[in-house]
Amino acid sequence: MNRYPLWKYLVIGVALLLAFFYTLPNFFGEVPAVQVTPVRTTEKVDAALMQRVEATVKTAGVAAQGVSLDARGVKIRFADTDAQIKAKDALQQALGSGYTVALNLLPASPEWLTSIGALPMYLGLDLRGGVYFLLQVDMPKALDKAAERYQGDIRTLLREKKVRYTGIGREGQAVSIRFRDAAQRDEARQAIKAAYAELHLEEAQSGEEYLLGVTLNKQAQVKTQEDALKQNLTTLRNRVNELGVAEPVIQQQGIDRVVVQLPGVQDTAKAKEILGRTATLEIRMVDEEKMQDAASVQAALAGQAPFGTEVYLERNGVPVLVKKTVVLTGDYITDAQPGFDNQTNQAAVHINLDGRGARVFKNVTRENVGKRMAILLIEKGKTEVVTAPVIREEIGGGRVQITGMDSPQEANDVALLLRAGALAAPMEIVEERTVGPSLGADNIERGFNSTLYGFAAIALFMVVYYQLFGVISVLALATNMFLLVALLSLLQATLTLPGIAGIALTLGMAIDANVIIAERIREELKNGMTPQAALAAGYERAWDTILDSNITTLIAGIALFWLGSGPVRGFAVVLCLGILTSMFSAVVVSRAMVNLSFGRVKRLTKLSI
Amino acid sequence: MLELIRVKKDIPFMRFARSTIFFSVACIIAAIALLATKGLNLGVDFTGGTVMEIGYPRAADIPAIRGTLASAGYGDAQVQNFGTSREVLVRLPVKPGVTSAQLSEQVMAVLKQADASTELRRVEFVGPQVGQELLEDGSLALVVVSIGIVLYLALRFEWRMAVGAIFATAHDIFIVLGVWSLFQWEFSLTVLAAILAILGYSVNDTVVVFDRIRENFKKTRMTNVAAIMDNAKTATLSRTIITSGTTQLMVTAMLLLGGEVLYGFALCLTIGIIVGTYSSVLVASPITMWLGVSREDFIKPVKTESGAMV
Repeated sequence: MNRYPLWKYLVIGVALLLAFFYTLPNFFGEVPAVQVTPVRTTEKVDAALMQRVEATVKTAGVAAQGVSLDARGVKIRFADTDAQIKAKDALQQALGSGYTVALNLLPASPEWLTSIGALPMYLGLDLRGGVYFLLQVDMPKALDKAAERYQGDIRTLLREKKVRYTGIGREGQAVSIRFRDAAQRDEARQAIKAAYAELHLEEAQSGEEYLLGVTLNKQAQVKTQEDALKQNLTTLRNRVNELGVAEPVIQQQGIDRVVVQLPGVQDTAKAKEILGRTATLEIRMVDEEKMQDAASVQAALAGQAPFGTEVYLERNGVPVLVKKTVVLTGDYITDAQPGFDNQTNQAAVHINLDGRGARVFKNVTRENVGKRMAILLIEKGKTEVVTAPVIREEIGGGRVQITGMDSPQEANDVALLLRAGALAAPMEIVEERTVGPSLGADNIERGFNSTLYGFAAIALFMVVYYQLFGVISVLALATNMFLLVALLSLLQATLTLPGIAGIALTLGMAIDANVIIAERIREELKNGMTPQAALAAGYERAWDTILDSNITTLIAGIALFWLGSGPVRGFAVVLCLGILTSMFSAVVVSRAMVNLSFGRVKRLTKLSI
Repeated sequence: MLELIRVKKDIPFMRFARSTIFFSVACIIAAIALLATKGLNLGVDFTGGTVMEIGYPRAADIPAIRGTLASAGYGDAQVQNFGTSREVLVRLPVKPGVTSAQLSEQVMAVLKQADASTELRRVEFVGPQVGQELLEDGSLALVVVSIGIVLYLALRFEWRMAVGAIFATAHDIFIVLGVWSLFQWEFSLTVLAAILAILGYSVNDTVVVFDRIRENFKKTRMTNVAAIMDNAKTATLSRTIITSGTTQLMVTAMLLLGGEVLYGFALCLTIGIIVGTYSSVLVASPITMWLGVSREDFIKPVKTESGAMV
């Protein structure tokens, strides 16, 4: 009656074995490491980069403990933090600004464990220290900007179509055009309808004037917002790369929010500054005449730029003298995509300008054929020439093609910079949580200690009160903890301090199942059942109770996960997983132990319970 | 065999039903009155604002810190010790028009100027809008959990039992919130998580008793509902006490060793466990009985119980 079929033991054995392997990495601790990742996502991460990194570290005289390559970059492990910092400095100098060199901590577990996906638990910011930001994108501003663009576009369009209007104004997200008579308005209406299907047009009349109200339709509004958020995400990613954070998290939350998590970052002031920075793009003409004169270029580099010009460096380090007058700013660029030149098949970037930008660009290119124009990116008061192509012909229609890039990768980077150099809409930090590293370590210790002593107290009580059955219950509870930690490691769920509290609480409540079973067995014994029958009856009758009571707690856990945020969510994850593992360990595993110890005893006269 | 409770006869819990329910209702009314008049001391998570935890190498001089902040224009800052004498908590309310993200940097700069050994341990800034959302989500979670539990219990047991269980649970939540309001302890996100955990715990406790009542209804031929309930409650009493005890052992460990962040969580759970244990034995079943539950309600469905195994 108290025997399990072989397969049940096998299932338990496999579960325990898996739990053992996936819990293991948590015991190895971490080693200092340096992580090298290219700033541009298009840069190749390959064996060549790995060799270069290895060679650099070697020439710096630092002994590396292992170099590994993954999809994102190269990681090198070191014996201590001194070697780590020395290597970081050497790498930063050798690799230049194209790579992010970040200090990191890597799990010290052996490689075979990592290769089966066994990683230590993923610690939340409150345990490892770091910064959490929730940023809100100012969507009304993004829509304002879009309306402003359309205002310019419509003005150009009406002028091209020779439709007469008396005025065009904008109030927030609504553009309104004034006409002298209804016929002109109809004409305008048709022209706008044909050119911009995404606009919603509404006619009105005020006194003598005929009005046409223009707003974005719902879909266009949604698309504008989505694009704004996407562009802001890209921009943020680029900026965070610059911070040299090992494992940043940059995620969209809801329709207008972005979560940024920077583990290990302590300098929050710098982080805030970089995240909130505004970058701008400018298109200016290169001063070709003064560029002819090598002396003036030299003088400019020395700080004596000729009148009306400024000197900036191209990305390959070549100085360029550009005029101070700004032709266009990045606000006029609506899109930039990498591609190829139709005729030469060279790598190129295709840029779309809005109506006003197109008009200005047409005039400037007509007057400057054969000359170079420079595209400048201004960030943090630092100006860089992204590219300085030669104007071949007059360019109209707002579609610009820039060639002169070395490779499709570079074209991709330039397009990205043009698109993402600036934020589409301003962002504001609406939530911030910073935890210092010492507090993080304290939190781990506090959480670990309370769980440990709580567990010990429960174990002591159970063994004293229920004797052998108590020992079995404590073993089952330990199994539960192993399974829970293994599951958390396997899923790489974020472990927070409330999460550790959740582990402790789950363990405190999980013993409930064993108490229910033990009390039931005692009761059946009192009712005169034989020990073997009492064991079987105790487990069977207790199961219903355990199931019902756990499912109600599970409902609470799921709702918490669904509606909770941050720390609450970490607690909920542990609570839900803990209920599942506790049902398995308290019922199946403890029963297996009972069956193994009593199941084959022929004449069991007394139970130690 | 060690036994905590050794009883030969069933304890007549139901005889006290009127007084226990009266006591509970009085507590609930008092709690609601407290919540209505004093309200909850909502933490920065819900009201918005900035909290900074600052560490000093030696015991911090609180009045000096207050003075430093006041002279720098942060007169509305609350400064208090946190955990140990070397740690200080500074609270700053939301200031309209001031980019709050910069606020903590400025305050830190002021404090660093006064004492260079100051260490910033933690900053929490929550915008007023986010705080409002967190509060709404939290309240919604409470409602959703309650509905989910009522539905499950009504399905698995009987609607009268579901009502009894949810009444007992609401009783626990109100009393915990009432205590929180009475002492004006800070109500943070972690405390909210504890409240929801109590919800789960309290129902769990009640379900174990109800499960036994259901079993008794099916097995015995007794018709006296009160006697059936007393028998079930006596049979599960030692389990109820032991489980509350083990859970409390864990919670006590958190209370003593968990540090300041877990303190509120553990304190909330402690009250919840005490009240929850009381209510699952003495509050839930009288309600169910008065709603008119009887043996017939459990005999009709001929479904086998083991069919519900997962």
